[in-house]
Amino acid sequence: MSDAITMPGAAASSNTPVFLDLAGKHHPENGTLLGFWIYLMSDCLIFACLFAAYGVLGRSYAAGPSGAELFDLPLVAVNTGLLLFSSITYGIAMIAMQARSKRGVLVWLAITGLLGAGFIGLELYEFSHLIHEGAGPQRSAFLTAFFALVGTHGLHVSFGIIWLLVLMSQVGRHGLTAANQRRLFCLSMFWHFLDVVWIGVFTFVYLMGVLP
Amino acid sequence: MFNPVTSPEAVSPLFGKLSLAAIPYHEPILLATFAGVVVGGLAVLGLLTKFRLWGPLWRDWVTSIDHKKIGIMYMVLGLIMLLRGFADALMMRAQQAMAFGDNPGFLPPHHYDQVFTAHGVIMIFFVAMPFITGLMNYVVPLQIGARDVAFPFLNNFSFWMTTAGAVLVMISLFVGEFAKTGWLAYPPLSGLAFSPDVGVDYYIWALQIAGVGTTLSGINLVVTIIKMRAPGMLLMKMPVFTWTSLCANVLIVATFPILTAALAMLALDRYVGSNFFTNDLGGNAMMYVNLIWIWGHPEVYILILPLFGVYSEVVSTYSGKRLFGYSSMVYATVCITILSYLVWLHHFFTMGSGASVNSFFGITTMIISIPTGAKIFNWLFTMYRGRIRFDVPMLWVMGFMVTFTVGGMTGVLLAVPPADFVLHNSLFLIAHFHNVIIGGVVFGVFAAMVYWFPKAFGYTLDTFWGKLSFWFWLSGYWLAFTPLYVLGLMGVTRRMNHFDDSTLQPWFIVAALGAVLIALGIGSFLMCLFVSYRKREQLRDVSGDPWNGRTLEWSTSSPPPEYNFAFTPVVRDTDAWWDMKQHGFTRPEAGFLPIHMPKNTAAGVVLAGISLVLGFALIWHIWWLVVASFVSLIATVIVHTFNYQRDYHIAADTVAATEAMRTQQLSAAHV
Repeated sequence: MSDAITMPGAAASSNTPVFLDLAGKHHPENGTLLGFWIYLMSDCLIFACLFAAYGVLGRSYAAGPSGAELFDLPLVAVNTGLLLFSSITYGIAMIAMQARSKRGVLVWLAITGLLGAGFIGLELYEFSHLIHEGAGPQRSAFLTAFFALVGTHGLHVSFGIIWLLVLMSQVGRHGLTAANQRRLFCLSMFWHFLDVVWIGVFTFVYLMGVLP
Repeated sequence: MFNPVTSPEAVSPLFGKLSLAAIPYHEPILLATFAGVVVGGLAVLGLLTKFRLWGPLWRDWVTSIDHKKIGIMYMVLGLIMLLRGFADALMMRAQQAMAFGDNPGFLPPHHYDQVFTAHGVIMIFFVAMPFITGLMNYVVPLQIGARDVAFPFLNNFSFWMTTAGAVLVMISLFVGEFAKTGWLAYPPLSGLAFSPDVGVDYYIWALQIAGVGTTLSGINLVVTIIKMRAPGMLLMKMPVFTWTSLCANVLIVATFPILTAALAMLALDRYVGSNFFTNDLGGNAMMYVNLIWIWGHPEVYILILPLFGVYSEVVSTYSGKRLFGYSSMVYATVCITILSYLVWLHHFFTMGSGASVNSFFGITTMIISIPTGAKIFNWLFTMYRGRIRFDVPMLWVMGFMVTFTVGGMTGVLLAVPPADFVLHNSLFLIAHFHNVIIGGVVFGVFAAMVYWFPKAFGYTLDTFWGKLSFWFWLSGYWLAFTPLYVLGLMGVTRRMNHFDDSTLQPWFIVAALGAVLIALGIGSFLMCLFVSYRKREQLRDVSGDPWNGRTLEWSTSSPPPEYNFAFTPVVRDTDAWWDMKQHGFTRPEAGFLPIHMPKNTAAGVVLAGISLVLGFALIWHIWWLVVASFVSLIATVIVHTFNYQRDYHIAADTVAATEAMRTQQLSAAHV
């Protein structure tokens, strides 16, 4: 029987083809990063729907206030600055990870988290101000679409901050292991993704919203 | 501008909107069903305890991350929910067969409306989806020579989320009520103003919870197919079922988020009082209809594509031939995948989007029939001059080819916008989509179950009851739905609880008889499972390859060991196992290596359980429980991420022992 077993080494010399990986050399690649990319794209579709809803409803003021009357562009500019800057600091954390500096990673992650928290704080302030003025999501379809889109983005950033804290404690505990590096990569993609979405929000909702 | 949270009815801080009035004890049908469920449930629990099966059930099934076990659990879920969904169908057919003139029938409108909504929701989300996900889970890793899916834990989690959604729908039967809106819950009817009760909330949260599972399982299978194929298996050497699964899962990832978003907007309208789809304050209900069909049309291709793969596998195996036109089959599948995105508006030509838009969507819809037609011809040419064995799976395939072709042609009729203006919302439409879903999806699921059953359990299914099941289903389908085509052409609309024109009654009686035949078909299949289990020693297949198969799943034992393949196969041909058999492959009996495998975990079932509680609390506005379950959901996820020990190695000795046992079985059976 043994002569019929196909050996990779023997295949070249005999006519029996190779049917099995007898040496156990084949290891499937890790699919986490690809899987996370696909997840991000599916999340992107949720944002696409919310953008579409804003596109349809964004001028349906129902005799209520319009974006030009409500939006406080300087505040949003500060907010945008915080979030974009947090992407840079996350990038520096990743560079620290490549340099195998656990301390650097933790410090830059902490700064990223603080910037994110600042973003969320300003957004909550903006929301409460609008609701206080009677411009809550119930007021008109425009405000419904506005709160849903900006709020969903804010929820994502909030989850990102929770994830960031958990990851900091895991890096602190286990160091920059392969598993933790993979997680840092995933959160990095998530964080930058939210930045890209915010650029869309900033442009389509705020900048175009204040146009007459 | 009103705040729905403090709407008219009393909301208790402890129980929310939930009170004893929510229990439908005045409905005899529900009461009898409830009694049946309690008695049946207690019997199952008693048997589990008596035979001390709780431990094995928990260890080997509930917490299992083995794709084969999860696949089987999906199929069981689909079968159980099929019984529920079909009971709804029988009730509708009975109601419509008797409710003429003075006879109001036995289902009052508010109950009847829940029945047709539940029937649609259950059949699509909790029968068809579990069936196809189960098949893909079981078969795809085996076909590509992998040892599990890319994310085994997520797989378990996805299954339990789907189950949690199904459980929520079942709870609505006995606590409160289900939606009365039709299976897609169009606003403004499904908005708070016209559906103030909990029915639509059950609908929303059941689908959101199950939707998480579906999306994650889509991502999982896409990554599995892209990253985990055996060496040598190029994309154009993948089995056709794997190809169609890849396309179906790409569609899942690319469309289920849209359903999630649309339902989330509907939920905001109902819970926050926002105005996405309301009649006043600038809302736009047609936006929901567009969004839901941008998901909904690809969804029907998500359902049918994997079954096209099944038909391809079965036709080629039972014709003893390589599949005709492999690459055209792949291209046709990819074409359908892309086109499925460009046809959604044909579900509402009557929206009034104008002649040009309607023409565009009418034409794209007709174009889809071209790749589908190419597939039918490929199957026919595969059979041509083949040595066809008329086993049960082959019968289902041939029943499919005839039935589905008719359904496809009525679909092209409906794709003509002027014809659709006459036929939309009529029983003609109902007949059409049952024609393609039963003739395409259901027949394919049965073909697949009979075909792969011996792989999963080690014995084949009884032929007599299998054939009986097929013939009952086929004749039942035609008897039940041909009258609906006729009635639809006469202008009878769907979802009617009562008719005044008694000349229509004979047609509905014939349709009800057809439903009874289908019931016999389902009964025969259950009987087939029972009889085959009793006769399992006679029907035993030791070879692992009872049909003289062509793809890699037939190269391992039945049922396969937990690691699937002792050695990863090296693929040279599309029909890899056929190639191995033709070119002198022999099983190695020594030289085994340790195998790296993922560990079981209870995290999936725990997370899904908490999600179920969260959904229930949201439905009944029990706010403290919403907060508590949401916080514990997040906490459980975080705790789970601190578990870094997620895999282990099966020792080489264990592999050797398992393989030696198989060698012994093979030589005892002289295979």
